Amino acid sequence: MHRTQIQNIMTNNKIIELDDAVVKFVGDSGDGMQVTGTLFSDTAALMGNDLATFPDYPAEIRAPHNTIAGVSGFQVHIGKRRIHTSGDNCDVLVAMNPASLKANLKWCKPNATLIIDNDIFDVSGCEKAGYASNPLTDNSLNGYKLYSLPISTLTKNFIEGKVGDVKLGMRTKNMFLLGIVYNLFGMDLKTAHHLIGKRFKKKASVAELNKEVISAGYQYAEEHNLFTEKFHVGPADLEKGAYRNITGNVATAWGLLAASEKSGRPLFLGSYPITPATEILMELAQHKSLGAKVFQAEDEIAGICSAIGASFSGSMACTTTSGPGLSLKSEAIGLAVITELPLIIVNVQRGGPSTGLPTKSEQSDLYQALYGRNGECPVIVIAASTAANCFYYAYMAAKFSLEHMTPVILLTDGYLGLGSQIFKIPKMSELPEIKPPIAEANDPDFKPYRRDNRLVRKWAIPGTIGLRHRVGGLEKLDIEGTVSTDPLNHQKMSEYRLQKVLKVADYMPEQDVYGEDSGDLLVVSWGGTQGAVRSSVKHMIKDGKKVSHAHFHYIMPLPKNTAAIFSRFKKIIVCELNMGQFVNYLRASLPEYKYEQYNKIQGLPFLVAELKAKYNQILEEK
Amino acid sequence: MAIENTIDKSNEELSKQDFVSDQMVKWCPGCGAHAILASVAKVFPEIGYKKENFCFVSGIGCSSRFPYYVNTYGFHGIHGRANPIATGVKVSNPHLSVWIATGDGDSMAIGGNHFIHIVRRNVDVNIMLFNNHIYGLTKGQYSPTTPMGSKTKTSPQGTIEQPFNTANLVMGAKGTFFARVVDTRPGLMTDVMYEAAKHDGTSVVEILQNCIIFADKTHEDITGKDVKDDNQLLLKHGEPMIFGKNKDKGIVYRDGALMAVTIGEDGFKLEDILVHDQYRYNPGLQRMLARMHPPKLPVALGVIRSVVAPTYDDLVEEQIEYAKANDPIKCVDDLLNSGDTWEL
Ligand code: SF4
Repeated sequence: MHRTQIQNIMTNNKIIELDDAVVKFVGDSGDGMQVTGTLFSDTAALMGNDLATFPDYPAEIRAPHNTIAGVSGFQVHIGKRRIHTSGDNCDVLVAMNPASLKANLKWCKPNATLIIDNDIFDVSGCEKAGYASNPLTDNSLNGYKLYSLPISTLTKNFIEGKVGDVKLGMRTKNMFLLGIVYNLFGMDLKTAHHLIGKRFKKKASVAELNKEVISAGYQYAEEHNLFTEKFHVGPADLEKGAYRNITGNVATAWGLLAASEKSGRPLFLGSYPITPATEILMELAQHKSLGAKVFQAEDEIAGICSAIGASFSGSMACTTTSGPGLSLKSEAIGLAVITELPLIIVNVQRGGPSTGLPTKSEQSDLYQALYGRNGECPVIVIAASTAANCFYYAYMAAKFSLEHMTPVILLTDGYLGLGSQIFKIPKMSELPEIKPPIAEANDPDFKPYRRDNRLVRKWAIPGTIGLRHRVGGLEKLDIEGTVSTDPLNHQKMSEYRLQKVLKVADYMPEQDVYGEDSGDLLVVSWGGTQGAVRSSVKHMIKDGKKVSHAHFHYIMPLPKNTAAIFSRFKKIIVCELNMGQFVNYLRASLPEYKYEQYNKIQGLPFLVAELKAKYNQILEEK
Repeated sequence: MAIENTIDKSNEELSKQDFVSDQMVKWCPGCGAHAILASVAKVFPEIGYKKENFCFVSGIGCSSRFPYYVNTYGFHGIHGRANPIATGVKVSNPHLSVWIATGDGDSMAIGGNHFIHIVRRNVDVNIMLFNNHIYGLTKGQYSPTTPMGSKTKTSPQGTIEQPFNTANLVMGAKGTFFARVVDTRPGLMTDVMYEAAKHDGTSVVEILQNCIIFADKTHEDITGKDVKDDNQLLLKHGEPMIFGKNKDKGIVYRDGALMAVTIGEDGFKLEDILVHDQYRYNPGLQRMLARMHPPKLPVALGVIRSVVAPTYDDLVEEQIEYAKANDPIKCVDDLLNSGDTWEL
């Protein structure tokens, strides 16, 4: 948070200009935190901020009231600079009950602003949350700017006489709090009213009440001169154009739909619900008007097998899952590799092994994506890095899969999938062409495993005249595609399958480097850690260090210029949220370089501070 | 006579030869699978679709080599997964006539889950379930249909598991078509395969197939020369359930159970004999028929159940047509610009 202070002469209040701010709304499941956070982030978006959000739902569907297990949250990171993640720690925490304060205080920066409904902090409320004494009065929050306010009472006083059902009306207390936050950030109430009107389109009286309460909260803060220091986050320098909010999972679904339209191959999804990937399945199920056929299978295996069948019969076939589901699909991925059919496999990674941490993020499925199958079984592996670019990488995954007749695994993760970000709306006409190698009817030269110079075989779709043929999981005779157990043929086919995937690098964009293209330290990362790692490198550069950043999206094959980049740096460090999977892959792929590594496996994102400390340590080592 | 539906008809006269593949058939000499292959090659021209519109899908096992031996589009899958692969083939491309070759290991054991679900969904495919009571390709282990007590390589003292009754699994999963044949009756096989092709929905044809190597004569109590007339009841819709060498035996319903009687004995007349109704929606009687077995009762063959119900693939198309007509989002550009957007 970069601050400049401006004195507001009229009110004698200070306005602190911020480059970015992280605001988190937390409360009990029923407190409407998702709505509150969404309203705040939508308003910020309309005011021109860049932003990213992350919903923090409780794992239990109906956890006991006012307990830690029932805490629901919504984090918003707004900025006048480009925002890649929902942020590490909060500048402002808005807490509706003791349990949510208890669960989230550890995510607050020192001296963060806490805005709290103290009406809920009675003895039993504090006890339920596991507090021995009331944190609002026992001085334990001295390190913060505490605004302990009787929000429930204030809301009640305001709505009494306005609504018949006061108990029901009390559900608007989140709006009272939100009004206070709008005041803190000098945000526009009119925009809030407009958004509330839209949200409650069908319930005019509810909309009116919410509008009145949010205004009342705002007024309360204003009249009581609550904040002697207010925050302001100016508009971001975003490219002109149309924008929207999008979550990573929706962006993934839309990227697949875009690829289907572009390629002319209808989309088929075979999938099975699993956290945190289910939203892709749900989203695609909404878009039958675009021809998407969505098959909710009886299990993960049927999900991928139905997709393989659909691919054989001419669809752009996809299956979506998370780590444990990918394990179940392993054997079938091998089938798609040997039958050389296009197939897009999306893995929204979560903490493992086994059921692990379903709602937490991790990058620990890279080995599984690269190697987790029997036999020599190469597939393309691509990783998205932001919620919004899930669209682009899903599109590219489909493009490479269709054009090169091979399965592609797209790795995203729970933070990307469920988090949202501002998305510049692309035009279909601007997206690259997708041209699958479809065999023509009665092609006299057709042989099921004849390859072109990219080593790609043709896609002969059942129903096409003159191309009847068989494929399957048994090793295939070169060109003919009949079953073969010939030793030399097996070697040849194994090499073809690998080379075909490696050759895709000829068609992939080159790897870019942030910062100078040579220096003392190259920081390497991949997938969902881009934002935190990029920020840490920016800080290092600002500190005058010769540090650059290469964030990888294409993992198998590696971009062709990878070695050239590595050769220009004295040291390389690979940072990832696992025990070192990408670094070991690099050690095996490009063994001529020495790699340092920084790993974290807590189900939590990187913090800028810990990354910087590690870089400095490495830079000091001789 | 060619079957009428949305699948393209052949505009040339097809023959058996059109479906013979150039691959060497590698089943053991004397294996019941050879007769099944011959029946398929015989019935496909009669079904009358364009030859490119047939697609065979299989899993793993002796049965699952089938796609290599018949000249259609073919997909040899992995163990147990023929049914979901075929679901994808059919849903993605509903103008294909999809045939599944699978066995009692493939569809009753490792793929048992997929089997009940494809039946439940009523995907319009034809499942030929080669039931030989054994794992042939892995050389003789017991399967989920092996009769209790059978000695196999993995049950040297006899199996201690109750076998599945395929028909009851199908009907328990609300199956719309179930037929049973024996590999010794080629004419019956082609008739039933034709009926299966005609049926809209999942058609399950259980073929009692002999594995001459590892479970020889496992169906001998049904197919044996001396017993076959008395132990096989060929069901025909609308006809009384009569069987036996002298066509004098029949099935009657007494005290909540089926019973085999001799017409003219114990006061039983032709009118007492049950008349087969394969189209009856309530599967109660069909289930009882499918469960019959010697020595007290014959095994029911032919089409046991064939009822009309919407198919999964048709419903998918219907929903897509409806959405295309009614959803304002007509292309991905529409989608990208739908909902809350703003200009900067
Ligand atoms: S092992 Fe049995 S089922 Fe397999 S081919 Fe030989 S006889 Fe047929």
